[in-house]
Amino acid sequence: MDRLVDLAKVLRSKNSGPFEITLDVLFDNKKNYDRVKESGVITEKTICEAYHLKREDIQCIVFFDKAMGVKITYNRPISSGTCFDRDVYGAQQHAPLMELLIP
Amino acid sequence: MRKSFKILSPCGILGYGFPDASFSIGLEMKPDAIVVDAGSTDAGPHKLGAGVAIVSKMACKKDLKRLILGGWKLGIPVIISSAGGSGGAVHVHWTLAIIDEIVKEEHLEAMKQAVVWADIPKEAIKKAMKKGEVVGLGTNVPPLTEEILDETTAVVAQMGIEPILKAIGTGAQLIIAGRAYDPSPFAAIGVKNGYDLALSYHMGKILECGALCCDPGTTKDCMMGELYDDHFEVYPTNPKRKCSPVSVAAHTFYEKDHPYLLHGPGIIQDLSHCTFTAVNDHRVSVSGSKIMPSDGYWIKLEGARLKAYRTFVIAGVRDPLLIGKIEEVEALVEASVKEQYKEIDPSLYQIAFYNYGLNGVMGDLEPLHDKPHELGVLFQVVAKTQEIASAICASLRSTFMHYGYEGRKATAGNLAFPFAPSDVEFGKVFEFSVYHLMKVDNPSEFFPVEVR
Repeated sequence: MDRLVDLAKVLRSKNSGPFEITLDVLFDNKKNYDRVKESGVITEKTICEAYHLKREDIQCIVFFDKAMGVKITYNRPISSGTCFDRDVYGAQQHAPLMELLIP
Repeated sequence: MRKSFKILSPCGILGYGFPDASFSIGLEMKPDAIVVDAGSTDAGPHKLGAGVAIVSKMACKKDLKRLILGGWKLGIPVIISSAGGSGGAVHVHWTLAIIDEIVKEEHLEAMKQAVVWADIPKEAIKKAMKKGEVVGLGTNVPPLTEEILDETTAVVAQMGIEPILKAIGTGAQLIIAGRAYDPSPFAAIGVKNGYDLALSYHMGKILECGALCCDPGTTKDCMMGELYDDHFEVYPTNPKRKCSPVSVAAHTFYEKDHPYLLHGPGIIQDLSHCTFTAVNDHRVSVSGSKIMPSDGYWIKLEGARLKAYRTFVIAGVRDPLLIGKIEEVEALVEASVKEQYKEIDPSLYQIAFYNYGLNGVMGDLEPLHDKPHELGVLFQVVAKTQEIASAICASLRSTFMHYGYEGRKATAGNLAFPFAPSDVEFGKVFEFSVYHLMKVDNPSEFFPVEVR
């Protein structure tokens, strides 16, 4: 088992507009990308657990083979920059994803 | 084969800066246009709601001066989009005032300018709402009502290529556009010169972030894009940076909800069939970008309204006894303040504690629960008025400072304040109240072009 962060080249979070956050996991080799994709670990269920989300809060989970990456977009509980938001750019929401274990 | 069309993108946001050397190399490569995106909603709703810029006047002027002089010297157009950050009338005027200073200082009175405005009248939005032609972008945007719209300070919309094409058509050497879809000005100048719409848009999507698609990536450096008939090429002008097929393909992901389907004004870009090829060790060729017309022409509206006033305090905690029960103590402090201010309706204010070192960034989502040896505590009150926010926050601070929690040994004080005074009046807090698509009959209808 390896942690997702140890297999990825880039693992980040960022706003996709003020109402959503998008997580990107990008790889620099096909072997690691295929391993993560085929492991079936990145699913709606795992993301819902890691981010305390309901299924309907997930906008998409898409693997893009050509760019060797996976994108996960979910609804923000609080829109960017208003009362009680904690991360205006959404740039520090990726840590729970780093720890996912990939067989 | 005809000559390629070269667009120089100096940086990711006008005012973020770029090295003089990179820009000089870029100009020596004889670009056909300089295009820079000045906008973003990243920094939250405040810039749009309060009518202020993202960058300082000094930073904007420093960049603008170099771009204007560079373009003027080569006799090529310079296009600035989403002027002032949010691209509303107040932001465009702010940019124009800086341009006027530069024109005067550098004696550029002969330079023809065109402005494209991007402010959407509320009456037009209400009319579209009645026809069901205003819809939230995504499932998370609250529905728009007339009341919310009336409370919204100003509404802008992201323009497509059409109004910018008109502005280019005036023969202006400097074009200042209000809010625009980030790739639009790049796509417009490409299309105006007869290049493919899909390639022009895709190249714009990459260039609008400056050198962010490079390794090392940054928004604060120059990027060149070259349009050909059946592909385009991108490369940094700074020899210390490189871009590779992987870095450029990966950039497609950036800040978008979907990795290869990108929605813009009147269009959907489909990048799933793109091919990214290395031309050399720092230049990448891209082909296969596709574009589909969307079902009707929809423009993205953006607006912000005043939500509350805020006062906050930052303090440190080093006492391990207090750190051990910080959340419990904060709840008791909050209850005590509410008790002390019984005469203020509790619905008029809200209190929140962010405990940095514990779960300040992620709040309830934080999976780890280790106790640190030191905590940064930010507490804030947001209220209907600044007066209430400050009164409650002052009470919160003094109560927290001296609160005699169970087991306390440090009876002289609970908080280490880094500043005096400790309470900071933040002012207005805004929220994005409009983030909706509106259907239009004519893509240029709400984006008038003015020659100046």
